[in-house]
Amino acid sequence: MASQVKRAEIIFAPYSEYPYKILGEALKKSPDEIIEALIQSGLRGRGGAGFPTGLKWKFAKEAQGDEKYVVCNADEGEPGTFKDRDILVKVPRKMLSGMGICAHVIGAKKGFIYLRAEYDYLKEALQKEIDFFHQHCEKYGLDFHVEIKSGAGAYVVGEETALLNSAEGKRGEPRNKPPFPVTEGYLNKPTVVNNVETFVNAMMVCRIGAEEFAKYGMRGQKGSKLFSIAGDTTKPGVYELELGLTVEELVNEFGDGNTKAVQVGGVSGFCVPRAKFKDKTIGFPGKDDVNYIPTGGSIMLFNHTRSMYHVLENYLEFFEEESCGQCTPCRVGTQQLLKGIKAIKKGEKDPEYLDTLYKLAETMKVTSKCGLGQSVANSFCSIVDEFKEEIIY
Amino acid sequence: MITLKINNTQVEVPEGTTILEAAKKIGVEIPTLCHHEDLCVAGNCRVCVVEIKGRPRLEASCATPAENGMEVFTHSAKVRNARNVITQLLLSEHAEECTLCYKNGNCELQNLAEEYYHDDEMFIDLAHEREHRIDKSTALRYDPSKCIRCQRCVRTCAEIQGVNALSAAFKGKDMMITTFMEKTFGEVVCTNCGQCVVHCPTGALTERTYYDEIWEAIEDPDKHVVVNTAPSVRVALGEPFGLEPGTIVTGQMAAALRRLGFDSVLDTDFAADLTIIEEGNEFIQRLKKKFVDGEEVALPMITSCSPGWVKFIEHMYPDLLDHLSTCKSPQQMFGALAKTYYAEKKGIDPAKIVSVSIMPCTAKKFEANRPEMKSSGYQDIDAGLTTRELAKMIKQAGIDLTKLPEEDFDSIMGESSGAGVIFGATGGVMEAALRTVYEIITGREVPFRHLDIQPVRGLDGVKEATIKFENCKSEYSFLEGAEVKVAVAHGLRNARKIMDQIKEGKSPYLFVEIMACPGGCIGGGGQPIPTNDEIRMKRIEAIYREDAGKPIRKSHENPEIKQVYEEFLKKPLGEKSHKLLHTHYTKRNRY
Amino acid sequence: MPDTTKLIENLVEKYGKKRESLLPILKGIIEEERYLSEERMLEVAKALDISGAEVYGTASFYSFIDLKPRGKHIIRVCKTIVCDMKGKNEVIKTIKDCLGIDVGETTTDGMFTLLQTNCIGQCDHAPAMLIDGEVYNELNAEKVRNIIKEYKLNRQN
Ligand SMILES: Cc1cc2nc3c(=O)[nH]c(=O)nc-3n(C[C@H](O)[C@H](O)[C@H](O)COP(=O)(O)O)c2cc1C
Ligand code: SF4
Ligand code: SF4
Ligand code: SF4
Ligand code: SF4
Ligand code: FES
Ligand code: FES
Repeated sequence: MASQVKRAEIIFAPYSEYPYKILGEALKKSPDEIIEALIQSGLRGRGGAGFPTGLKWKFAKEAQGDEKYVVCNADEGEPGTFKDRDILVKVPRKMLSGMGICAHVIGAKKGFIYLRAEYDYLKEALQKEIDFFHQHCEKYGLDFHVEIKSGAGAYVVGEETALLNSAEGKRGEPRNKPPFPVTEGYLNKPTVVNNVETFVNAMMVCRIGAEEFAKYGMRGQKGSKLFSIAGDTTKPGVYELELGLTVEELVNEFGDGNTKAVQVGGVSGFCVPRAKFKDKTIGFPGKDDVNYIPTGGSIMLFNHTRSMYHVLENYLEFFEEESCGQCTPCRVGTQQLLKGIKAIKKGEKDPEYLDTLYKLAETMKVTSKCGLGQSVANSFCSIVDEFKEEIIY
Repeated sequence: MITLKINNTQVEVPEGTTILEAAKKIGVEIPTLCHHEDLCVAGNCRVCVVEIKGRPRLEASCATPAENGMEVFTHSAKVRNARNVITQLLLSEHAEECTLCYKNGNCELQNLAEEYYHDDEMFIDLAHEREHRIDKSTALRYDPSKCIRCQRCVRTCAEIQGVNALSAAFKGKDMMITTFMEKTFGEVVCTNCGQCVVHCPTGALTERTYYDEIWEAIEDPDKHVVVNTAPSVRVALGEPFGLEPGTIVTGQMAAALRRLGFDSVLDTDFAADLTIIEEGNEFIQRLKKKFVDGEEVALPMITSCSPGWVKFIEHMYPDLLDHLSTCKSPQQMFGALAKTYYAEKKGIDPAKIVSVSIMPCTAKKFEANRPEMKSSGYQDIDAGLTTRELAKMIKQAGIDLTKLPEEDFDSIMGESSGAGVIFGATGGVMEAALRTVYEIITGREVPFRHLDIQPVRGLDGVKEATIKFENCKSEYSFLEGAEVKVAVAHGLRNARKIMDQIKEGKSPYLFVEIMACPGGCIGGGGQPIPTNDEIRMKRIEAIYREDAGKPIRKSHENPEIKQVYEEFLKKPLGEKSHKLLHTHYTKRNRY
Repeated sequence: MPDTTKLIENLVEKYGKKRESLLPILKGIIEEERYLSEERMLEVAKALDISGAEVYGTASFYSFIDLKPRGKHIIRVCKTIVCDMKGKNEVIKTIKDCLGIDVGETTTDGMFTLLQTNCIGQCDHAPAMLIDGEVYNELNAEKVRNIIKEYKLNRQN
């Protein structure tokens, strides 16, 4: 019998206790204690990059600054991702508690949720929750104020430093790193930027303990993860699964019986062809481990009726519009990749031109300023590797 | 201190040094485009990427601090391949028309393309499919098809000038560099200072050139073409001919102008001396009005010789225009006299005179074309060329500047004092004015060693000095014992500091010199490229050398100045002066 | 027409006279006027004491801040991969037919503007679109026709 995905119930676990009780309890713990628990739990950021959350908070706590900020990244712009939306709708209190705990740990008095413009319709309900949250902060003696900052339609603003620029009222162009946000973030003050789901997880670590949290996860991965399942699937939606499952397990559960390829991690992630379903595990890679694919949770399934050329073209159109445009490899590279595959398809360029494009994608990966340009090669190379014929002919 | 290895060579640098700077220290040149010493780090062109052992990605050396134990490779195969691809990408969105480009031969992109030469286009041409509108304003020219979006101009306008007339706009493939709503430079808050031009690595931003018209005038036998050259041109013109920055080429320049066919080779420095007489007297008059007559008068008085600065205050502080001296800039004083006094003396019909000035400046083009600058009855200055344009003309004429003999300026209006010369450096106008004002008031020389007023010299953004007047002549007894505070600012961001103080009513100064460009005119928007602090310092030193070597160092002692008052103007601030040498200003939009 | 100078004054008051308020202020104007005109940009520049170029550069970065006049209702159809697979073309075609306009255009009565946008986070219910921030998903031709009909009806009332 084929192995199966394991459902987990951390994030959406029924949560019958008084909503902000855990927050109150956590605030009694010392910041170091909480950081230690987070490190023990092995929790890594759920926004895609997977930076250890305990360490991030630790750096921000140690950073010098009269003011500090807690920022919740609810820009969720990665195509195929919609799990933060479900958190914002279903368990916003857990997320807010996580932010409150973070404020306590690093010593922040202010925070904001950067909510993408596409989710403006969630704003009103969320603001009500925030008001309720503030009441509890007051009750627990936590001097912490959260506001919503609305986006205005730009995928790249999900990148944390671009998000900070945008929140400062500027163009959402990513900054150079270093300095990192934990030392120079919002208004150049020490800032923690975490994904919506990460805050929920941090809060849950405080609730169920690091040990219990770390029990979830397979193949060395820690915790559960929300997956946004879409495309050619019989049951699209948001699922909480244990981290460390293989693509095969996923396809068995969610495929429509005809799955040809799976895009893991959105358009900036990797395309896995049928032949490799078995080998690829979803989770954070150790050093040089090519068989682990990290993801912010986007899973898109493609069945045999789909043209991978068309898929790639759609991705590249997305990138050439959504690049911030400041750095050369990404701004020009995305245009060249798109124009290039079109030209090959039309026969205006030789099939060998694909090698030039491949080399270009690899250059973008190592020279682009931020994660957007760096990750274009992920989908480009993985699709070209596996579906070369479809791209050319 | 930090120790790292670059291309296997050990190097020690202070903490905070970038890899780029560390490499420079051991003579390793990493190509750059978006980086400029004057500006903050952008890290967006990515041509400066280097390999760091243990890191999978290449890092931008201009934006990455050196770390202890780092092993850096600046030109490994991986780096060269990447740099090659990036260069080809830049070229693919760039309208390469070097033979039609003003920057041909002095272009950082061209240099890079030369280094990474390809016999064929690697990528699809993106440049020529776009529609491009070339902005040709009076002073500047912007061709977006040559722009590599390095944002050096944007940072210049924001960080050095505090004007923010430029911004990146849109994103992704549509990202571009533009003014507000893609308007022309003439329609927005731009001061025409040309600092963005000096900082642009390509031919995207240049001055608008006028030398073709000048050639035509020179060839026209009916026209009498007079030329005047600003103080800072003579210490920079050598650079395009391969001479070291700071080489003084005054004599060769005069010789070259003569060989180009100008009918009369004169000196803006003469007009600078004249400015000092008028402005010095205006200052004393303002003091008298204030302290003796008890009149409302705007103090501090601020110099008005820098047209970039003048346009800046017209936009940004329209309510404080009273503070500007009403004196025209030397260029415009020269122009007004050329078609009156000079024409009279030489017996030439002013309608036939074409008056050209060679300036370190792009804003001078705009100034020459101001509608009010027609007090001679004609357009006072017909064209203002930059130092760079003059260098082009000299090359077009097949002249090797370095091989020319030293010649003198013609007369009249060709004689100047050292005070006129130092107009070219920040602090120079103030120093020149004080040399004269102090003497008018006390009858003695300004009490500084060799007349060198050191506190107002150098590259500090805002400089201050205090001059105490003692034993004044009887008519100036109201100044007895007065300690007059003066200030000097260069770069418009620094000007803002002074202006905001004035706006708040907290300015401690009575007299202020402001120049739009960092370093003053020697760092002007029309000067040879590159310009950076090291080069600015060398040009400044040359200016002061030239001053020190002059037999006459005070404006009021210039014999031609005495002559022009005797024969023509009669007296400072007199009726003729008022008509020809003074002007008024226009309030402009702030945003 | 609301008093626009007042509008900007109110927005500045609400969000504070600082650079960080630029986006909320611009969005506030969009909410009222659907797009950002040259005059509004200048007013905002003045109100925040930043240059017009900065306002323009920032505003143009964001796709939900339109710089061209738009209709009363802005329809943004998702064109990213999942919606594309699930019938976005049919959605667009239906809207075009209903309204008689192309993508990027506004109906002559100024009621609707049709635009495309990138993934709006409704991929589990693709294809999807936003009308003035309201989400409509699991679309098909019939559903789209009904939605448009409803918007048109509301106008009459
Ligand atoms: C182009 C780009 C888009 C991103 N979009 C998001 C996003 O929408 N949401 C998110 O949480 N993180 C996003 N990230 C990752 C953030 O930069 C950052 O790593 C994350 O917010 C950190 O939170 P975490 O440690 O909790 O994951 C994006 C990164 C890049 C490069
Ligand atoms: S990689 Fe793309 S999105 Fe990132 S900074 Fe460069 S141009 Fe902007
Ligand atoms: S900008 Fe430079 S590379 Fe481009 S056409 Fe001009 S000289 Fe050539
Ligand atoms: S000329 Fe000066 S003010 Fe005008 S855009 Fe360039 S730097 Fe800014
Ligand atoms: S105009 Fe020149 S300085 Fe400005 S971005 Fe373009 S190339 Fe760079
Ligand atoms: S010079 Fe370093 S990125 Fe441009
Ligand atoms: S792809 Fe259309 S909503 Fe995500």
